[in-house]
Amino acid sequence: MRMGDLIVKGGFVFDPLNEVDGEKMDVLIKGGRVVEEMRGTGAKVVDASGMTVMPGGVDIHSHIAGSKINIGRLMRPEDHRKDVVPRTRTTRGGVGYSCPSTFVTGYRYAQMGYTTVMEAAMPPLSARHVHEELNDTPIFDKAAFTLFGNNYFTLKYVKEGDMEKLKAFIAWLLRASRGYAVKIVNPGGVENWKWGKNVGGLDDLVLKFEVSPRQIVTSLARANEELGLPHTIHLHCNNLGVPGNYETTIQTMDAVKDIKPREGRKTSIHVVHVQFNALDGENWMNVRSGANKIAKYVNSHPHVTLDLGQVIFTDTTTMTGDGPWQFRLHNLTGNKWVNSDVEMEAGAGVVPYTFRKDNPANAIQWAIGLELALHVYDPWRIYMTTDHPNGGPFTFYPQVVSWLMSRKARTEVMLDSNKSVMKRTTLSNVYREYDFGEVATVTRAATAKVLGLERKGHLGPGADGDVSVYDIDPTSWRPSMYKDLEKAFTKAAYTIKGGEIVVKGGEVVASPRGTTYWVDVKVPEEAEAELMKDLESEFRDYYTVNLNNYPVQDAYLPVQQPLAVDGRRGW
Amino acid sequence: MVVHTDVVCPFCGCLCDDLEITVEGGVVANTKNACAVSRSKFMNHGKNRLESATVDGEPVNHKKAVDAAAEILARATRPLVYGLSSTECGAIGRAVELAELVGGVVDNTSSVCHGPTILALQQVGEPKTTLGEVKNRADVVVFWGSNPTEAHLRHLLRYSGMPKGLYIPEGRKGRYIVAIDVRETRMARFADKFIKVDPGSDFELLLVLRAAVRGSKIEAEGVAGVTAKEIEELAGRMKGAKMGIIFFGLGLTQSEGRHMNIDAAIGLVTELNHHTKFLITPMRGHYNVGGANTVITWQTGYPYAVDFSRGYPRYNPGEYTAVDLLARGEADAALVVASDPAATFPAEAAMRLAKVPTITLDQKVTPTTMLSKVVIPVATAGVEVEGTAYRMDGVPLMLRKVVEPHGEVPSDAEVLDMIIERVRALKEEA
Repeated sequence: MRMGDLIVKGGFVFDPLNEVDGEKMDVLIKGGRVVEEMRGTGAKVVDASGMTVMPGGVDIHSHIAGSKINIGRLMRPEDHRKDVVPRTRTTRGGVGYSCPSTFVTGYRYAQMGYTTVMEAAMPPLSARHVHEELNDTPIFDKAAFTLFGNNYFTLKYVKEGDMEKLKAFIAWLLRASRGYAVKIVNPGGVENWKWGKNVGGLDDLVLKFEVSPRQIVTSLARANEELGLPHTIHLHCNNLGVPGNYETTIQTMDAVKDIKPREGRKTSIHVVHVQFNALDGENWMNVRSGANKIAKYVNSHPHVTLDLGQVIFTDTTTMTGDGPWQFRLHNLTGNKWVNSDVEMEAGAGVVPYTFRKDNPANAIQWAIGLELALHVYDPWRIYMTTDHPNGGPFTFYPQVVSWLMSRKARTEVMLDSNKSVMKRTTLSNVYREYDFGEVATVTRAATAKVLGLERKGHLGPGADGDVSVYDIDPTSWRPSMYKDLEKAFTKAAYTIKGGEIVVKGGEVVASPRGTTYWVDVKVPEEAEAELMKDLESEFRDYYTVNLNNYPVQDAYLPVQQPLAVDGRRGW
Repeated sequence: MVVHTDVVCPFCGCLCDDLEITVEGGVVANTKNACAVSRSKFMNHGKNRLESATVDGEPVNHKKAVDAAAEILARATRPLVYGLSSTECGAIGRAVELAELVGGVVDNTSSVCHGPTILALQQVGEPKTTLGEVKNRADVVVFWGSNPTEAHLRHLLRYSGMPKGLYIPEGRKGRYIVAIDVRETRMARFADKFIKVDPGSDFELLLVLRAAVRGSKIEAEGVAGVTAKEIEELAGRMKGAKMGIIFFGLGLTQSEGRHMNIDAAIGLVTELNHHTKFLITPMRGHYNVGGANTVITWQTGYPYAVDFSRGYPRYNPGEYTAVDLLARGEADAALVVASDPAATFPAEAAMRLAKVPTITLDQKVTPTTMLSKVVIPVATAGVEVEGTAYRMDGVPLMLRKVVEPHGEVPSDAEVLDMIIERVRALKEEA
């Protein structure tokens, strides 16, 4: 059944990577993959006539598995009570809203037509926890980004200027944690937070190590590209949530502009949830949007990609690897605060937060996300996220799509929000509306491409048979009909995962287990041997877990697919 | 002879991962690096084992016992699944699945140990850390209502007292260690400073200490049996730390005030973060009680006391906690996994366990197995089967299998899978 032939018949197909823009055509799936031709009969037919067909959604940045989101679940029983999910014959029960249980996370992504999701921050020491949760998160394929930016060995090799060891370390830690990309959170700031301090910008120094965030970012970016990793560095900038921080963000992007991207990719840095890092002004009283300035930089610098971190007006739970920021947010709000430092490598914090329409700063933040999406011209370089659950739960994606596609939809929110949104942002002057092809780009095609997931995000021959079918007719749809759009994107008519129908009429009808991707980098044996000498002695002295017990064992990845990278070429 | 190295200890929340276990002829012959308790667990794991599955005391094969268990659970209207803190995470996940399937309640032992810690966390949060940060940086270490010299035997050695860390190169000499307790324990004698608090007065002491940290002048001569001078001195020490930590135990969670004590302790630590870096971490007892909370939370959103009677999870400690559910006479069947509630619960709750059909999965003869209708012998996680456990600070480690299961018995997870399958079949039939 699972691998049976399937034809998605007669829909309007949006497949930007193959330059298909709303053509009426069939998608043929055989053995779980898209094929050009299918002979014989007996294939199951999904009638998509009059509907919108896209490759399965690919979320580039979401907090869905591991210690942070689980702290969020643990600390917020009040969040769960308003969104309960009973079990059915095919699905497990659970809870939803801002910190959904693992099973519900899998179901709800699938219901929106998403089939691939990236966990955005994995502390290596608790990588087993991330993978255990991913194993209990059904349906979609997944990967997790390993935290590097405040790791003791990163700081040590950056300080020593030893690029070879840094590269060997990246290769080793990605394998040890079964990670997919180099994630950096507030470089240097999280290490300083272990002494109760932070960094205030790119050229501040990390205590005891005497290296700067600039050195950390540029060294990791260069190592990333020299190794030829599929994705760029995935960076949460310094000064998140600090008015005036757009300058730090631009400086950070600019710091890596001369680093040569690996072959086959033109970008060298992905800046995450930029909404939180695009604030102009001096303080929370006079804060205003810096989105225009960021967009201007991005429009003229092809080495950068961004994701939004769009704000939703709702009660949510913020969680980042940025410990000092979470303490700051706790002090701003008085809301409960969990801090979680991880020895030698990382940290995290979790604080509940409610974004309110009548709060001037929140209204500006809401507008900034959309301004970025609309001011950056190239949809291949800006991706839709809410930084789930930081800007808001991922279940609000359909609303974000409606704001992108309908000026009327966003105007209604603007009229209902604090007037700062009119005065201190440019959103009311923006007339651009995304079309279906652009939505398909920012939600699947471009994200798959920048992640280097070659069989995702498109429907060409050989692609994974991941398809979403939305019950909306793109030929007759108009922006005034944004409510219909939201409805269609909330409950996909069909979600097909690897050729199997997993959602029908918005309901989960099958719950298969997805694949976990990770990146397996080869480096020269001598380089690895040198690295191991350091690891052996310093693990013994400074970690509380033995080196032999540290790497994630294969038992934790029952369905895994390593992407082999030969890092020796640029050595 | 085989020597297994880097073995993770399945006894307490320290989860020491440096044991060497020597196996000769399929039997554990020796241990190295293990504390006395750990050594005893490894050396004696084959003793006093349940020799057969039983139903009503009569030996039966595993299949019959599983069938009997499934029938009890499928027929019950308010079944309780309890224990889970001394087994691996795979079994815990299946226990939740089974509780959901039968519309029952799942609870773990934290409802009688660090449950109040979790309630406080849900109220105010918790600034915490993994233990390596303590080893590497903490120059002020406070043990409050906790005695690692008796309960977590290698904690001081590996994490919090003796070790030389990255920024504490002097080891023990580089740390100022404080013990706060109601009596002078061995821990008190190990510490640089012992503060004797009046029983039931920790809350007052915590609040006044917090006020002192804020710079308020203490007008009373003393509070909770501690002089104002001592309190001010301690506040000064804490504020002056480069990095500090409070470890607390059941002396704080299970004494007068319970979760309010933890709330106050967290308030104190949060306050200290305006002056320096200060953190707090509970001393979890059973080796995988952390895992029990962790797995149940990711599957249901809640850490313990979870009720599935409506098909979706609901949470209410005090109502869906095992002791309460049993003492009220509400539970009409029980499944106990890796725990011995008959020995530890209040009499009324334990008596209810004897009254209702109770199913117990365990390795050894215990008071709970003796009052159970169905007893199913299982393998020992971390000795005879692999799996995951979460250390007291949330670090997950992989448990090892060093010997074959005694009498080739299945693991907790395998037995639970069999029960789940059988309950499904019974539900289909009905």
